[in-house]
Amino acid sequence: MGPQNVAFGIIAAAMVLAALRVVTTRNVVHAALYLVVVLAGVAGIYVLLAAEFVAWAQVLVYIGAILVLLLFGIMLTRAPLRPSTELDNDQRWAAAVVALGVLGLFVGLLVDAFGDEQFEPETATSAGDVGEWIFSVFVIPFEVVSMLLLAALIGAVVIARRDD
Amino acid sequence: MYVNQYLILAAALFSIGVYGVLARRHAVLVLMSVELMLNAVNINLVAFSSAIQDVSGQVFALFVITIAAAEVGVGLAIVLLIYRNMASPNLDRVHEMKG
Repeated sequence: MGPQNVAFGIIAAAMVLAALRVVTTRNVVHAALYLVVVLAGVAGIYVLLAAEFVAWAQVLVYIGAILVLLLFGIMLTRAPLRPSTELDNDQRWAAAVVALGVLGLFVGLLVDAFGDEQFEPETATSAGDVGEWIFSVFVIPFEVVSMLLLAALIGAVVIARRDD
Repeated sequence: MYVNQYLILAAALFSIGVYGVLARRHAVLVLMSVELMLNAVNINLVAFSSAIQDVSGQVFALFVITIAAAEVGVGLAIVLLIYRNMASPNLDRVHEMKG
């Protein structure tokens, strides 16, 4: 077992535990803070997969921006800052059955499809490689995505604005 | 490294996200669970990109990150509107369309 596998095990265990706390904790702010652990773990997984630029984008966009937005959402909806039993609805058991079913289905399919196939992460892909791909092969999707981001920005302002 | 160790980790994160979306009542917590699911998809994309040595998977992951940012922006605007109209961020209070 190489050092990469040890790192993977530690990161994966921390991520799964933190993700479970995100969906079960009784405190809204704690859920957001556990989400930081999951998102940082995902960035660590990207580093293990030698995807350097995606890892940085993950840290900047998710931990830097999206999480702050979620905390603003918590603040603006005046969520209870102390533990509350009001956060879950009463279909928790049905939800757990569905989630376990999805997990079982996926794991069965994946073991069937990939078995013990192995790979070695290539040498790190630099931001330059990714940029070359974005601006040559994927240049039209890139433009579409920037239009979508602009539309979402304007849409969010229009939806949340008070008409008075 | 096994391909499956990444794929099964992503499957676990995805199912946890499914549970969160179904079981949570507070709208911001539902959005957080959606983020968990999007991250699971991204792990898959980057793992396949690394396994078949093709950068396009990473480009797709970047697109998904962008879409997630747009989704959270619009989603929070909708949550704020629900809070303003219902005086509560709980999604099971939103049943105006139920016959």
